[in-house]
This record gives sequence, C-alpha cells and structure tokens, in this order.
Amino acid sequence: MLFKMIRGVLYHQRAKMLLIAFTIVLGTSLATGMLNVMWDVGDKVNQELKTYGANITVKPKDASLLTDIYDVGEGEQLSEAYLNEEDLPKLKTIFWAFNIVDFTPFLEADASLPDGTDAKIVGTWFNHHLSLPTGEELDAGIAGMRSWWDVTGGNWLDESEPSAASSVMVGTLLAEEKGWKIGDEITLAGSAKEMTATVAGIYDAGGDEDLEIYAPLDLVQALTDREGKVDRIEVSALTTPDNELAQRAAKNPSALSSRDYETWYCTAYVSAICYQIQEAIPNASAAAVRQVAESEGTILDKTQLLMLLITALSLIGAALGISNLVTASVMERSMEIGLLKAIGARDRSITFVIMVEILVTALIGGVAGYFLGFGFAQLIGQSVFGSAIEMKLKVIPIVAALITLVTLAGSLPAIRMVLRLRPAEVLHGGQ
Amino acid sequence: MALLELKNVSKIYGDLKALNDVSISVEKGEWVAIMGPSGSGKSTMMNIIGCMDKPSVGEVLLDGVDISKEPQKVLTDIRREKIGLIFQQFHMVTYLTAVENVMVSQYYHSMPDEAEALEALDRVGLKERAKHLPGQLSGGEQQRVCVARALINHPELILADEPTGNLDETNENIVLDLFRQLHREGTTLIVVTHDPEVAEAAQRTIVLEHGRVAREIINENFEA
Repeated sequence: MLFKMIRGVLYHQRAKMLLIAFTIVLGTSLATGMLNVMWDVGDKVNQELKTYGANITVKPKDASLLTDIYDVGEGEQLSEAYLNEEDLPKLKTIFWAFNIVDFTPFLEADASLPDGTDAKIVGTWFNHHLSLPTGEELDAGIAGMRSWWDVTGGNWLDESEPSAASSVMVGTLLAEEKGWKIGDEITLAGSAKEMTATVAGIYDAGGDEDLEIYAPLDLVQALTDREGKVDRIEVSALTTPDNELAQRAAKNPSALSSRDYETWYCTAYVSAICYQIQEAIPNASAAAVRQVAESEGTILDKTQLLMLLITALSLIGAALGISNLVTASVMERSMEIGLLKAIGARDRSITFVIMVEILVTALIGGVAGYFLGFGFAQLIGQSVFGSAIEMKLKVIPIVAALITLVTLAGSLPAIRMVLRLRPAEVLHGGQ
Repeated sequence: MALLELKNVSKIYGDLKALNDVSISVEKGEWVAIMGPSGSGKSTMMNIIGCMDKPSVGEVLLDGVDISKEPQKVLTDIRREKIGLIFQQFHMVTYLTAVENVMVSQYYHSMPDEAEALEALDRVGLKERAKHLPGQLSGGEQQRVCVARALINHPELILADEPTGNLDETNENIVLDLFRQLHREGTTLIVVTHDPEVAEAAQRTIVLEHGRVAREIINENFEA
C-alpha cells in the first residue's frame, strides 16, 4: 500500500517532483563539482605554481650557514663549498620523490670577454636526461623551471644535440650591449681556461639574468676547473600547505613526538621534503623559498574557501528551493492529507510517506546531480587547469549526507504544516 | 446503553458559540439524524463526535470514554478503531483506484486485504468498478466507495456529513438503502443532513438551531 501511495504521488505530482529533483540536481552538481575540484585543486594549483619556479633551494651546508649569518642574497657565494653533481639523482630517491617535479644545478663564475669586460656566466642543466637506478628516465633542467623566460632569438639549448655542449644562451640586455646575434661565436675566459661557444639562444627574463650568460654545466665546470661541482640546486616540488605541525617541525624536527614526526615525515610539507633532501645529499642544506611556499598555501587556502562557500551557498539555495516546492506540494495535497488523518493515519505515518516521497526524489536527483557535478568538475579542470579532475570517492558519502540533510531541512516547514493540519478544517470547514 | 453522550457541550470561537450547551445521547445501534439550517452547528457537532475537534466546554463520552480530554494522538486512534466517516464531497485519494481507496483505510487500521476490500465494494454494488480511479466514477459511485471505506474496519459508529448532498435521487436511495442495511446489522449511524427525506429515514432526528438543540423528533414510521 505504501509503495502504491508513493508511486501514485510521484506520478500524480510528477511536475512538482521533477522540479524538486531538478533543484536537488543543481545543489548536488554544484556541491559535487566544487568538492571534487576543492580536493584536487591543491595539486593543480601546485602544478600551476611550479611553472613560476623553484620552491626549494639546496646549498652546501657551510655556504648556507654563512648566507644565514651575513644575510647574503641568493647566488652570492661567500665560501668555496660545493655540492657534487653526481648526488643530484639522489633527489629522486627520497620518500616524496614523485613530488619532485623538476630540479637543476647552478655553478656561477665570472668570464672575461674579448673586449676586456667581465660577464657572469651560469652553468646549469637545460634539459638534462637522467637514467635513475630505479629505472626511471627523466629530463630535468632550467627549461622547465624558467618557463616564463621569453626566448626572443634561437631556442632553448637542447642537451640531446651534440652542439649544445659548446653553445650558450645570452640575456637580451647583454646581447644588445655586445651586439651578439644567434650563431655568433664568443670567446669566454674562465679562471682555468678559455673556450669558444656559439650563441644558440637569446632570452628575456625581465631581471638581472638578462645581463648573464647561461651555459651547460660541464662548460662552466671546465672553464673554472671545478669538474663535478655545483654551487646550488633549485628544486621544484609539489607540497602540502604548511600547518602548525609543519611549522613546529621546520624549527626542530627532533623535538616532535614520534607520532607527530611520522605524520610530518609522511606528508608532503615543504619542510619534510627539505629534511629528506638533506638526508639524501651529504653536506647539503635545503631550505624552502618561503615566499613561494607561503603564496602556494595562501592561494590554496583562499581557493578552497571559495569552493566551500560556493558549496554552502548552493546547498542553502537548494534547501530554500526544496522548502518552497515541498510546502507547495503539501498545500496542494492538504485535502488528501486531511482525509488520511480523518481515517486514522497518525502524524508520523503521513510524515513518513511524505519523507519517503521526497527522499526518493532526492535520491534520483542526487544521483543525476552527482554525475552532472562530476562533469562540471571536469569542465572546470579542463578550462582552468587544462587537465582532468580526479574523482574523489570520499565526495560521494559527503554529498549524500549533505543532500539528505538539505532535503530534510528543506522539508521541515512542510512537515510542520502536515503536523498542524486539522482534518476538520480541510474536509468540511471549522463550523 | 448509550454509545455516545454529549453533556453540556459548547464550542466557542471568539464571540461566536457554534454549539451552546448541547446535551444529547445516542444508543448503540441507533440511527440518528442531525438536522438544522446552515450555521446551526451541525458540522461542529460532527467534528466533535468524529474526534476531529474538541469542545470548549462539556463532556463527550464515546463508549464510556470522555474524548474531550484525550490528546490528539488518542483521538486519532479512537477515530481509526471506532468511527467510519462519510463526507459530502466524497474525498477520495485521486491517484488510487476504488479498491485501493478502501484499502487505505485498512492500511492505517491493520493490514490491507484486497479480497476484503473487494467484498466491501461488492456490498455497495461497485465490485466491477474496483480498478477505476475516482475521476472515472460518478458522484454516486464515489460516495458508495466512501461508504465501503467507512465500513471496511467494522466501526461501531458511522458518522456521515451530508452523505447525499451531492447525489441524485437514485444514488440517494442506494446510499440510504446501504444505511438501512448497516442499521439492521447493528451499526450505530449518525447522519448530519439538511434534507428532510434523509432525516425521515432515521429513527430519531435532532434539530439544531443557533447551536442549541431546538427539538427532537421520533420517526413513528421508521422502517428497519
């Protein structure tokens, strides 16, 4: 009988039930879309921010200490401490190896030019191919970490080309000053030897780098007789925004309890990744580029807050819509409800029937809304981040619980109306 | 033995006394008509007897229980167990068939039993129309379905509010014949009407005027 009554109402009031289902579809789809994006946006925003450079710098421990004491800017070396180039692949052996998306070493020197002036020359990897002991193959280098550089002439150096070993890229201001063009051969004199290199690319970095020369690491090592040495390493890693635990750990990891330590170590906090880099590379001091790390956290927090607000507003909107529609439906059926009460139906029986009707409608609307919302998330993913949003299974129970709550909350005014409805008033007037 | 007793019952809405110090008694198995012009308090009395309203003053004893003091939940139970209601506007669930409308009453009383519901429809001459929706039935047929719904749970009291008010003469006679049959079986009937012909079919008529019992008429020609 219950089934017949529910089926009858769903069919008889199909227009109204469709409107209720449609309201739930809208609420569910927005909630699903936003929650899926919210939980995936961390990685997406991180990936976006990775295109703006490194967020970890690794220096020799001694150099780092002096830099801290004398507050010297990046790249200004006070000591002759170096890291070993051969240690770089170890970056991909740490616990969070997969979060390290790119890295490149730097070795700086002054080179004398034929006109008697000096220019800063920076040795680095451009797209250095690495075959790791783990079997992983990857290309790392500055090409991926300075994506905003505008190569106005020629191309990025391609290390797979044999000619790259004796080629350089020159900053646009330096090239203008010296009148260098693509294909020009320039003579560079380092502390150890003199070498000739071809200008293969001219870049506009919009900063001091425009007065510098970027050359393959081997070339600068040879010029200065520092084979196998690097000044510093820049690392671009996907990180989790810092929280109170990460801040405590950054000060002194050994002060953490074993449980906190484990949580911190197994979370991709920038401090945890720095710590693991120091474990992997001897004599290295890894530090977060604080501005980048904090910007990531701030952007992520604000984006997630925005998503949560949209989710909350969409659910409130859905609740109001449901409230109006269910109330209208109950008003339309007041005669029928009065009749059922008159023939002996208890309030709870009638409430149960109405709630089942609404929850069945909510279930249909919720399922449709979930898939629509997932599509909506993909649309956001593709249009904003250029990639798919991963389906988060935890969204399903959360959205189901939220929609159930919203449906129940939205139905409350109608249920109050049902409880207050007196059969005498609707069946034959009060007198 | 009285099935129903109203003792000094008044129902007051602001300054208006819809019922004013009414006292009546209805014996078990009796068929009583309540007559009166519009605004005389007939429907108010029916609401109170039918446990759908409470008096402002006075006692209403149904089967010895003072229902004027009972909470709404208990009144619902009494309505379900002891009273069968018939309305002037029929009032059927529009999306359920005739037999399902009868079964709804069973559903809230005990257990729906289609065979029994069909039997009740057969009794009112509508077994063939059992699978029809209310919209496919005439007014007379709808009222007969309502009679079947009212008697399906074997109530002690059938309370009918203008049961023939919307019916033609043929259907009026069919419904009155059904009442006669129920009366013969010992069911107590209270029929609110303004139609003298319907009132004359009852054993006794209570006439209300301005919320008071104006007079009682015993039908000398009553045929059981």
